[in-house]
Amino acid sequence: MAGTDRAGSGGSGGPGGTGEPGGWLSLLGVRHHGPGSARAVRAALEAARPGVVLVEGPPEADALIPLAADEDMRPPVALLAHAVDEPGRSAFWPLAEFSPEWVAVRWALEHGVPARFIDLPAAHTLAWRVADEETGETTGEADEEVTGQGDGREEGDVPGAASLDVRGDPLAVLAAAAGHDDPERWWEDVIEHRGPGEGDVFAPFTALEEAMTALRETEEGGEGDTAHDRDLVREAYMRLQVRAARREFAEGVAVVCGAWHVPALRRRAAVAADRALVKGLPRTKVDMTWVPWTHRRLSRAGGYGAGIESPGWYGHLFAAVDRPVERWLTRVAGLLREEGRTVSPAHVIEAARLAGALAAIRGRPLAGLSETTDAVRAVLCDGSDVPLALVHDRLVVGDVLGEVPAGAPAVPLQRDLTRIQRRLRLRPEAAERELELDLRKETDTGRSRLLHRLRLLGVGWGEPTASRSTGTFRETWRLRWEPELSVRVAEAGVWGTTVLAAATARAEADAVTARGLAEVTALAERCLLAELPEALTPVMRILADRAALDTDVGHLAEALPALVRSLRYGDVRGTDTGALAEVAAGLAERVFVGLPAACAALDADAAEEMRRHVDSVHTAVGLLGDAPAPGHGDLRSRWRAVLRTLSARDAVPGIVRGRAVRLLLDDGELAPDEAARIMGLVLSPGTAPADAAAWIEGFVGGGSGGGMLLLHDERLLTLIDAWLTGVPADAFTDVLPLLRRTFSAYEPGVRRSVGELVRRGPEARGSVTTAGSGIPGFAAGLDTARADAVLPVIRLLLGRDPAPDDNDLVGVGT
Amino acid sequence: MSAGAVQTSGTEVLRPHAEHAFAAELAALAAQDDRPRPDRWRLSPWAVALYLRGGTLPDGTVITPKYVGPRRVVEVAVSTLATDRALLLLGLPGTAKTWVSEHLAAAVSGDSTLLVQGTAGTPEEAIRYGWNYARLLAHGPDRDALVPSPVMRAMAEGMTARVEELTRIPADVQDTLITILSEKTLPIPELGQEVQAVRGFNLIATANDRDRGVNELSSALRRRFNTVVLPLPESAEAEVDIVTRRVDQIGRSLDLPSAPDGTDEIRRVVTVFRELRDGMTSDGRTKVKSPSGTLSTAEAISVVTGGLALSAHFGDGVLRPGDVAAGVLGAVVRDPGTDRVVWQEYLETVVRERDGWQDFYRACREVSV
Repeated sequence: MAGTDRAGSGGSGGPGGTGEPGGWLSLLGVRHHGPGSARAVRAALEAARPGVVLVEGPPEADALIPLAADEDMRPPVALLAHAVDEPGRSAFWPLAEFSPEWVAVRWALEHGVPARFIDLPAAHTLAWRVADEETGETTGEADEEVTGQGDGREEGDVPGAASLDVRGDPLAVLAAAAGHDDPERWWEDVIEHRGPGEGDVFAPFTALEEAMTALRETEEGGEGDTAHDRDLVREAYMRLQVRAARREFAEGVAVVCGAWHVPALRRRAAVAADRALVKGLPRTKVDMTWVPWTHRRLSRAGGYGAGIESPGWYGHLFAAVDRPVERWLTRVAGLLREEGRTVSPAHVIEAARLAGALAAIRGRPLAGLSETTDAVRAVLCDGSDVPLALVHDRLVVGDVLGEVPAGAPAVPLQRDLTRIQRRLRLRPEAAERELELDLRKETDTGRSRLLHRLRLLGVGWGEPTASRSTGTFRETWRLRWEPELSVRVAEAGVWGTTVLAAATARAEADAVTARGLAEVTALAERCLLAELPEALTPVMRILADRAALDTDVGHLAEALPALVRSLRYGDVRGTDTGALAEVAAGLAERVFVGLPAACAALDADAAEEMRRHVDSVHTAVGLLGDAPAPGHGDLRSRWRAVLRTLSARDAVPGIVRGRAVRLLLDDGELAPDEAARIMGLVLSPGTAPADAAAWIEGFVGGGSGGGMLLLHDERLLTLIDAWLTGVPADAFTDVLPLLRRTFSAYEPGVRRSVGELVRRGPEARGSVTTAGSGIPGFAAGLDTARADAVLPVIRLLLGRDPAPDDNDLVGVGT
Repeated sequence: MSAGAVQTSGTEVLRPHAEHAFAAELAALAAQDDRPRPDRWRLSPWAVALYLRGGTLPDGTVITPKYVGPRRVVEVAVSTLATDRALLLLGLPGTAKTWVSEHLAAAVSGDSTLLVQGTAGTPEEAIRYGWNYARLLAHGPDRDALVPSPVMRAMAEGMTARVEELTRIPADVQDTLITILSEKTLPIPELGQEVQAVRGFNLIATANDRDRGVNELSSALRRRFNTVVLPLPESAEAEVDIVTRRVDQIGRSLDLPSAPDGTDEIRRVVTVFRELRDGMTSDGRTKVKSPSGTLSTAEAISVVTGGLALSAHFGDGVLRPGDVAAGVLGAVVRDPGTDRVVWQEYLETVVRERDGWQDFYRACREVSV
């Protein structure tokens, strides 16, 4: 029974060596988050009945252990340690229902046995990280490092933590050596199903300790890196704690720790040497609390995850009383039925049979996750990976969300918020008030940023309202701190420990789940406003992906103006908008490619909609053209080519064609003569009257100043006039509403002038044109007396002195 | 068709059956296979998997790999047959469906010839039984006048039957399989008899799931099968390899000159096909839309072969971007409405900016307009 040294049971003795006082020691080496380990630990604790349970974990959390028994506490949860003066510096120890550590703590609480964490205090581990960052030694990505449970995964700064990191997951290495891809299955196959049956609950731990001892012997040779050295320190600290506990509790000590550490804890080391190792470590002031966790986060290897790929499956293995495969397949069938697939019990039976046969072929005693997944794919999903992805997402990973009792200490996010509020002199007050911000001032920018970030986090402290000033550097907010906002802040604690980090994480998550393209664009805008440069990159990537897959040009065209607007905000706030410009240019390119095809076969409403899109894209391209992203050439000239295509294609609705011609004309791309020729072509008798009317609407309609164009260019009006008189009587009633809409939108003055021109008739107009005396439709010559009468007023408006040089003002009138 | 058909020796035939071509390997496997075998199986399921995956036997006999795709595919397929369920192999053209089915049948039953080739004109008799009308008229209806189908023979002898291109078979004929697969009997109402399948009978069907104009399986029939989708080649390298090898073979039979400098173009065609198929550029950074066509490896092969023919007969004998551009366009744009946009978007957003692809971009622009 190498797993336990009961007092006086033989010569092996405790790690303290002979003469060390105290009770027996039981070292339970586990696989972190392994349900098999968890079950074995529970059985071992039941059998051994120790006087104290020591668990690998930060000792600062000792005070929080009783909360684990709270009825509102639901795993998965995580212990969170963060530096008091710097909430962004933090570490997590996630615990799931099936984590051996959780099981051990719960067992201790249920049996009234004290439980303690014995790992090196987080005060030191966090301080180590500070030191690393200062020396630039770390390879970690962000302040908030991954902290898995216990060894290996816990240190985000392990250089090159590869998939086969022996320290990280020694069981995985052993399993891989034995040709198994799932360490948990290997554990079940090799350790749990072997040995003299139910008899010896310590047998698995004994076997594992032997294996670890062998592994460590091969490993210990060369390595001298930081991570390895720190392991030694941690193990020395743990040894000291174990020794102290043995002295204190005569009824026996059980230690639950990573299997990797067991040989080290077993080793006899001189107390003095251990003390010397843990002496003089850097430290920082640390606070701890429980935070809720999710299965999804457990499954993520990066970020805050623990790198478990299948927490849902593990949870199932742990919770299932018996026949895990059959129960699992039944759950899968239930899920698929909910999603509307026909799955009969016969399917489940066949899947179970196939899983069994696969396990036999692969030489395993029982079907595991990979066998059941293969069986589900072949039998329940018709070989398709699509429904399988659903099974993976909902069951293998799972939607489980942990809960933490209200009594848990405040999350660091709240502290960070309080600190920022104090710094920005922005008190949370229940009374509603309005806040005017001038973004040119630093404090106000900070406030705006904070409010935008909180809005992203769902903490609706401030609502932006319409600003009284029109400048882009002004913002108006309506502030009101409701008591439930504190709860919101606590909830937002899952996203991160600082407002910045939490808002960034939240924005990224929102981008992933966003439904439409417009939603992502809006999010990008908010990221800019809230100044989250780190979130902007993933949001932009998702935006680019969405844009690539969106087949509706309308969506793209709608998203483009918002994006271009964001670009301009970015300029105001001095953010780096290179990525944004790149995406906007890409979006524009996709619009260019898709637009001509999307304009075919539209009904009147859709055509009107499309005309609006063309207008908005035109404006956006105009703004974007100033700062073209590298590699995208001259967007404006390409846009003009698209407009030309649109204007020339018969399948495109008249209103869009007319608009395209008009935009080209306004840009000076099309000579007035050419425009007149095209118009003549469209209004020639071959065209259906309704289409021609729509073309006119597109060309001169709406508030686009089309009326003035008609007044200025006589020929165009003549063309319309001639066409209208030629429209057959029965078609006239059809085009009348359209024409009315076109011309009724003109300003009254313009409308009257157009009317007068038409009344005068083509001959009179012809004479006016030949006279060449200014605006047609007015008197033949320039009435200088009336023009002069306006001058004093204009002088007043421009704030000029009545200077003698009148001439330059006369020029304005013409 | 009957058992007494002409037996040709392996050396003369153009393409020997799997059980003849690999007779030595099968014999070696059978000799050293000490694991339990299901009734009438020539090998244990474990040995069948080894036969397909390749490996070395304890006595040093080398088993060549027949299928180099994911291990899971072979394991699921063999387990399915071992659990007495029918197996449906799905996949695009060129993913070795037929190849896998033939070798499975050869390894399990030692006979891969009990085959029904599915076409739009496959009649019910091909799956159930037909009549020898001369005998029927002369002697009246009896078992001797019956012409059994391959499926019927497989049932009677406990062998593995194969159905190729199941989805090409008209739906009503397909459904004949339902009784066979669920009841494991084939009634002969004309004689008031039935044929009951003996242990060891099973059926492997292959189908192309993304082709147009197929007869979808009824859900009743689908339920009788375990489905395994044969994936496309995992890496671009593997696909380039397959395309190059096949193009070389086809080219030789068509007397086309081999094009040593063509690998660049082959790589390009494979890259374009893969990217459009996966909906993502090969560097994984940009998403692209997928066209409606399947863009299988088989199509890549035909595009390259076509390009080779073009360059040999009308060009300078070197495969150039212009030779494959039209073929690529034809393969990608199946639906002129939507696919053209997809293709142009791909050209403008991906191809245009890629280093060394300018020639290809220009060639594609030329044929696209």
